[in-house]
This record gives sequence, C-alpha cells and structure tokens, in this order.
Amino acid sequence: MNVLADLAYWQETIIKVLIGLAAVLLPAGTIVYLYLFKMMSFMQSRLGPMEAGPFGSMQPLAEVGKWIQKEDIFPTKADKRVFAAAPFVVLMSTFLLVIILPGGPDATFVDLNVGIYFGLAVSSVSVIGILMAGWSSANKYSLLGGIRAAGQLIAYELPMILAVVGVVIQAGTMNMQGIVFAQAEGEIFGWGGIGNPYIITQFLGFVIFMIAIQAELTQPPFDMPIAESELISGYLTEYSGIRFLLFFIGEFATSGVFSAIAATLFLGGWYVPGIDPHNDIFNVIGPLILFGKMMLVAFFIYWFRFTYPRFREDQLQRLAWKVLIPLSLVNIVATGVLKVVL
Amino acid sequence: MSEFLRSYLTVAIFGATGCLLVGAFVGLSALVRPTRPQAQKYLTYESGVDPVGTGWSQSNIRYYVFALLFVMFDVEAVFIFPWATRLEAYGYFGLVEMAIFIFILALGLFYAWRKGVLRWV
Repeated sequence: MNVLADLAYWQETIIKVLIGLAAVLLPAGTIVYLYLFKMMSFMQSRLGPMEAGPFGSMQPLAEVGKWIQKEDIFPTKADKRVFAAAPFVVLMSTFLLVIILPGGPDATFVDLNVGIYFGLAVSSVSVIGILMAGWSSANKYSLLGGIRAAGQLIAYELPMILAVVGVVIQAGTMNMQGIVFAQAEGEIFGWGGIGNPYIITQFLGFVIFMIAIQAELTQPPFDMPIAESELISGYLTEYSGIRFLLFFIGEFATSGVFSAIAATLFLGGWYVPGIDPHNDIFNVIGPLILFGKMMLVAFFIYWFRFTYPRFREDQLQRLAWKVLIPLSLVNIVATGVLKVVL
Repeated sequence: MSEFLRSYLTVAIFGATGCLLVGAFVGLSALVRPTRPQAQKYLTYESGVDPVGTGWSQSNIRYYVFALLFVMFDVEAVFIFPWATRLEAYGYFGLVEMAIFIFILALGLFYAWRKGVLRWV
C-alpha cells in the first residue's frame, strides 16, 4: 500500500522535497550536536556547550543564528561569480545523493534502478564545488587546499566504488531497494535467521568503504585539504559568514547521507530481522531504523575523527593506491569466484 | 511522461531544492547582516601580512599522474558494474573474462608502481 499513490505528481513531489529537506538537515544537526560538540568534548574531558537550551542542545541553532548575521566578505581579487557559486554546487551534490536512500518497502524518494551507481556518480560532483572554491578565492592557501582536496577525493573515490562492486555482485542489482531486500531475504550458508547483512560476508568491502568515505568527507585523519596548521583553512580560508556555514552544513549533511548509504549497503538499511520485509509497518518504522543505523555508522566515523592524527599527503596517497585499491580488486575477484562457485 | 523520465525529473527537482536552500540562506542573511566596507577587509588573507604576488601562484602539482590513473580505473568501474549485476547469468564464462580484464588493469597499476609514480618524488 502506498499512501502517496493517490496524489498527483506535483503534490507527491512537494511532500518528498519536504521530507528530503528533513532527511538532509536533521541528521546533520543531530551529528553536529551529539558527535561534534558533545562526544568530542567528553573524549577531551570537557563538557562542551552547556548554555543554549538543555545541555546545550540548541547550540547548533545558535551557531546558525550567529553566522547568518556576519558580514558578507568577497575578497577584491577573487573571481566573484565562481566564489559565490561554489556552495551551491556542494549542497546540490548532497541533495542529489539523499535521493537514493530507501526508508521502507514503498518509502523511497525515487526508486532508480541504477541506485547506488547514480549515488556514486553524483557524490563526486562536490569535488567540482571544492575546486571552484579553492581556485576562485585567489589565495595561495585556498589554491593548495583545493588541489589537495581534488587529489584526495579522486584517489579515495576508487576504493569506494570498487568496494561497492562486491555488494552489487552479492545482491545482483544496483537498485538500493533491491540491495536491502537481498540482505533481508538472504542466507548465510543456508541459515536465514538474520538475513544476510553484507557487513558479515563483505567485511573487507565494509572496511574499505568506511575508510574511503572518511577520506571523501575530508574528515580527520584525512583532512589534508583543510589542514589548519599548514593551510589556515584550505579552500575555506576566504569564506566567511553564511557562505562558510553552507560549506559546513554541506560537510555534515553529506557525512550523514554517506553513513546512511553505508548502513543501507552493509547493515541492511531499513530492515530488522524478525519481521517480513514486505510488511507495511516498515514504511513507518523503517526511516527510524535507518536513522538508528546511520547514527551507529556515523559514530565510528567521528570516533576515528577524534582519535587519529592527520595523515601526511604522501602517506594518504600511498594508502589509497598501494593498499586500498589492490585490496578492493582482490575483494571483487574473490566475491565473484565465491558467487559463481557456491 | 514515462515513469523513467519522471523519476529523473524528481532528481532534477531535488538538485534545484539544494540550490534554493543555499539561495534562501544567503537571502535571509542579506536581510540581517551589516555592511561596513573597509578596503582592508577585502584584502586576500595571508597570515596577516600583505599578500605577496598573485593568489593564483604557480605551484608544483604532485601526483598529476594519479589523475590519469584515476581515469583508467574509473572507466574500469563503469565496465565492472553491469558485469557485477549479471554475474549469476554469465557464470564461469563471465568470471574468467572479468578476471582477465582486472588482471590487465592491475598490471597497469603495478607498472605505474614500479615506475615510481606512486611515491613522493
């Protein structure tokens, strides 16, 4: 049963766009407050924000209020049109990415049959936004940061794409909904008690994917592009006020969406064992389950962020090209052999 | 309009929503923010001293070879994905075929590795 089926296309789309806005902004706010403010503070033996709202929970809103009142500064030498356009490209990439996430058997934004393939394609659009920001600032730090970002993002895109191939081989489809069903109805050596979440059979792929998205999100230990001790703030150096905030929102919203994609590909998405995956109840509780799994994955991303020191540029490239890419190629071949033989 | 085109119309609408959100934030900010121009504010930031030369300075881009390698592997990924979805139907034939394809690409990576382009020179 699909509640949206009776509506006209434009009504359905308006509802979807509103849900999409919530799906981008709410996880971003939750991640910023819970992980960036609170968890980081506790790991560093301090309290973190405590003043705005109960336990400082309104702090993200207070930050938005603060940044919105800042003066809009365009450096005289900057390429103003490109400088202004860069945040649009970054946020657009996030919104195109959220569209592939399924929240239940019928609860999808768009059920693209090339789902994850489309997602991997649009996720790399943000590289263009970052290069635009770095180049148009006409600042040496920004330029270096932008080039570093481009080098890092293309290097880690490959392990990310190749790690997903293992999942696609197992599921036999690129459709996100199909991948969830394949996990829900799958069996591990004939035992289907908990389905087959691919974190078990694709553990190597999961580890590679997590490392690669950490780098794709330019989260520490992969934050060479905005390494503040070397490059001030990398490609963000000349941005201030609302335009800086938009990059910030984009970064954390994308980390939420990527965590949700990892949860869908490897942890079974909106499905929990014990209920028939075609049950209508998943249209209601599915998004909440996905949110829970997303927060779990995001927890690991931020745990690594607060724990590890930054990579040097050559170490970072070496890890991608000499370790992760060969490993993911081995993973593809091994998965293919096991799929055909078993 | 077909279902297929319609789903990509929704995709385009979502992309436009992202742009509208940015526009709304910038517009809202334009209503409340102060504007007090001062020439110094608009100087390029260079750690507090006057900027030297132009911002688009020449720098040695390391790892440009990686961009070429990236194209190679990205095209590979385009070929691997359709194969991965149909592996069950192709069976051993598809497996051997793709193993040869991946082997040749891995050989390319290995060549670049031995040539020393994968390290900081």
